[in-house]
Amino acid sequence: MGVGIEVKDLNAWFGKAQVLNEINIKVAPNAVTAVIGPSGCGKSTFVRCLNRLHETVPDARVKGSVQVGDIDVYGTNTDAVDVRRRIGMVFQKPNPFPTMSIYDNVAAGLRLNGYNKRPELDQIVEDALRSAALWDEVKDVLRKKSGSSLSGGQQQRLCIARALAVQPELLLMDEPASALDPISTGKIEELIFQLKTQYTVVIVTHNMQQAARVADTTGFFLLGRLIEYDKTEKIFTTPSDKRTEDYITGRFG
Amino acid sequence: MPSISRPLSLWRRFVNFCFVVLSALAAIVVLAPLAAIFGYLVYKGIGSLNWEFITNTPRPVGETGGGMANAIVGSVMILGIGSIIGLPLGIGAGIYMAEFGRGRFVNLVRFTADVLNGVPSIVVGIAVYALVVLRQQHFSALSGGVALGIMMIPTIARTTEEMLLMVPNTIREAALGLGIPQWRTTLQVTLRTAYKGVITGAMLAFARVAGETAPLLFTAFGNQFWNLNPNQPTAALPIQIFAYAVSPFDEWHRQAWAGALILIVLIVVAVSAVRVVTSRGTMEHNA
Amino acid sequence: MGSSPNPESRQLLRFPPSMYAVPSSKMSPTLVKALAVPRVKLRGSKVSKYLDVVFRNSLLLCSLSIVAVMVLFFYELTSRSKLSIAKFGFSFFTGSNWDPVAGDFGAMPFIYGTLVSSLAGLVLAVPLAVGVAIFVTELCPRFLRSIVSFTVELLAAIPSVIYGLWGIFVLAPILREYVQPWLSKYLGWTGFFEGPAYGVGMLAAGIILAIMIIPIVASITREVLVAVPRSQREAVLALGATRWEMVRMAVLRNARVGILGGIILGLGRAIGETMAVTMLIGNRPEIAKSLFAPGYTMASVIANEFSEATDDLYLSALVEIGLVLLIVTVIVNICARLLVWSITRGNSARSNA
Repeated sequence: MGVGIEVKDLNAWFGKAQVLNEINIKVAPNAVTAVIGPSGCGKSTFVRCLNRLHETVPDARVKGSVQVGDIDVYGTNTDAVDVRRRIGMVFQKPNPFPTMSIYDNVAAGLRLNGYNKRPELDQIVEDALRSAALWDEVKDVLRKKSGSSLSGGQQQRLCIARALAVQPELLLMDEPASALDPISTGKIEELIFQLKTQYTVVIVTHNMQQAARVADTTGFFLLGRLIEYDKTEKIFTTPSDKRTEDYITGRFG
Repeated sequence: MPSISRPLSLWRRFVNFCFVVLSALAAIVVLAPLAAIFGYLVYKGIGSLNWEFITNTPRPVGETGGGMANAIVGSVMILGIGSIIGLPLGIGAGIYMAEFGRGRFVNLVRFTADVLNGVPSIVVGIAVYALVVLRQQHFSALSGGVALGIMMIPTIARTTEEMLLMVPNTIREAALGLGIPQWRTTLQVTLRTAYKGVITGAMLAFARVAGETAPLLFTAFGNQFWNLNPNQPTAALPIQIFAYAVSPFDEWHRQAWAGALILIVLIVVAVSAVRVVTSRGTMEHNA
Repeated sequence: MGSSPNPESRQLLRFPPSMYAVPSSKMSPTLVKALAVPRVKLRGSKVSKYLDVVFRNSLLLCSLSIVAVMVLFFYELTSRSKLSIAKFGFSFFTGSNWDPVAGDFGAMPFIYGTLVSSLAGLVLAVPLAVGVAIFVTELCPRFLRSIVSFTVELLAAIPSVIYGLWGIFVLAPILREYVQPWLSKYLGWTGFFEGPAYGVGMLAAGIILAIMIIPIVASITREVLVAVPRSQREAVLALGATRWEMVRMAVLRNARVGILGGIILGLGRAIGETMAVTMLIGNRPEIAKSLFAPGYTMASVIANEFSEATDDLYLSALVEIGLVLLIVTVIVNICARLLVWSITRGNSARSNA
């Protein structure tokens, strides 16, 4: 089951440049939350702070607290690797491991964490691929084809399956459909919609239609600040902030 | 007033023609010695090669026959020791430069590697003589391996670094995002993605040191007899070729050519064997 | 929490209804089942946190080994040549007497031989190497390009000792029978080509060095030529320049610093080259003007005499020659790398891709 998220006073920097400024946000379990905003507003950095991927960039720094379910993400006794294992992430460009077969790609997260029980692993790979709606397309070539031989849309679903196989409690998606064609995008969105029965999903998008289609709640970021956060329908119909309205009606950004 | 659209002058055409001809000529002149060396090597070498040559040890002066079996085995042993030293250190240093490579220290390592690459092999030979042979009080295959290993490190380190830098960062992030620890990410995802290039670099380094003679003169030293103990003076193919080539005996000259042919063949076989092994068992890609 | 977007928002954004995702009620039962997999238990991360530190530090050690080797080389060679440095001082470099029996060592003939043979090699190699590089990057038909560069790289893969072997039995006789008589007949008046034609000697060493350094000069030159942006070439061609004028004005002018770096790198190789030179230069510690005369280089004297140097001073003098060789090649390489880096920085990794 998905978990709730609570972010308190989150600040993030690249070197001296501050990219996130005092972010406070609460996300309900099993909801899809969209993060929208113009390029460079800090929305990608925001989700990368949730699983501590931000700090792997040289000179990057974070301050504040993030609670995901029972994990205190930035707690002193919390291990970053442990956090990332329990929070799945899907990236902007499909990035399957090029030298691994489809099966190995999906199994990578578990195997490289030391889990290699055979019949269970096969089952998990199948389940993950089914959850990512890719099973029927690849079940005959699981070990024959490499991940990078699939089409762009299939690759991205493979990456989703790879993230699901570790059975995370929260799934982060950083513009998962921006590099895909409309049909693949539709499939991914359908998938997100179904995943929320089991997971909490946070999705970054620059595409407002997409946010409106898939998200229950939406946060609007501008220049590193969270301007408005509300139910999606409220954001897109009666936004309370002038800047949000300007953005969603296309007056800037 | 001169016309702007006047035709290309004869002189400019002539200079351009000379330029094209001369640079093409340079290419031919450069390729000629290669053909000459290979052709002569095969012609002379095959004539002197026989079964006895690759199964026997050298005979004393004046007796015909005998071969370089001990030198072939010795070369393989010394190169093996060299690889055991050079591969892990070189690949490790390359990974460090590519994955943790920021700041002054890494630039210093990178620069030192390039400079070490240019240190003459004879200097490596006497330095290892001072470092190992003098301390052990005797020549050995081990010290020869140390010398060759040291010569492999910079090449392997720099190519490993370059190959790893070509792996897109998104691959590393995908692995880290799955909660895979850094060391496994680097070894089993990043390095695995770049392994073909890394192996090619290692092969280049191997081929380069396989024919080295100067660093072995005062380390492995050479030996007329069988020796399989890495702590004893050991024969090596290049040393044997050198000794025979500068000797005054026709029989030995003949054997030097045969040895040279075997040396080249060994290098080519080793390089292509790795090529075949790495290209087999890969899946279809379109990326 | 609402499970589908509000109809009003659709209205506002004017999306066609078909673009909306299926409602969760339509979700397939197998998918629901698949999603409800029980979570597997994974090993604790305490160990891997520790392993990360071990991993990083052992890689650091590998990098340190490169620096350590360099430092050790300098330390060993300096401390083992103390005896000779103390006894001869600077006169080691000016003295031309090399007499192991009397214990008198002057390195001048070796320094001279190294310089002359290396320069002879460079004079022969540079025009050819730059010519090949220009041919490959600017003129060559596409299908020939990879063949020519592959062959040039093969030249670099041939072991030095095989060059020497070939030099003794093929090159030297050709020089003795044909080239040297011709040279002394027509160019003997210069003083560089006179005296008996032995075959082996400075000239033979220079030629073999030229063949051996062509690949390195050519490959560096090619690298810097490729680094010249295409727009520069096109700008000159668009002005109506011929190929040669384009190469001279756009390519060579931009690349000359890098080419110089490649030449210096080749010089470094030539100075330290041992086996082929030892087999071809004649090995006589004399300073002669004629290139036909035999000579001796620093690397060759170490190769030939090191294992017979029994007394400490003799050994120390040879190690000092090695130290000088090390220092010279390090300086030469530093200069060359700085020049090449200034041209191709950040370019090499991408141009290989």
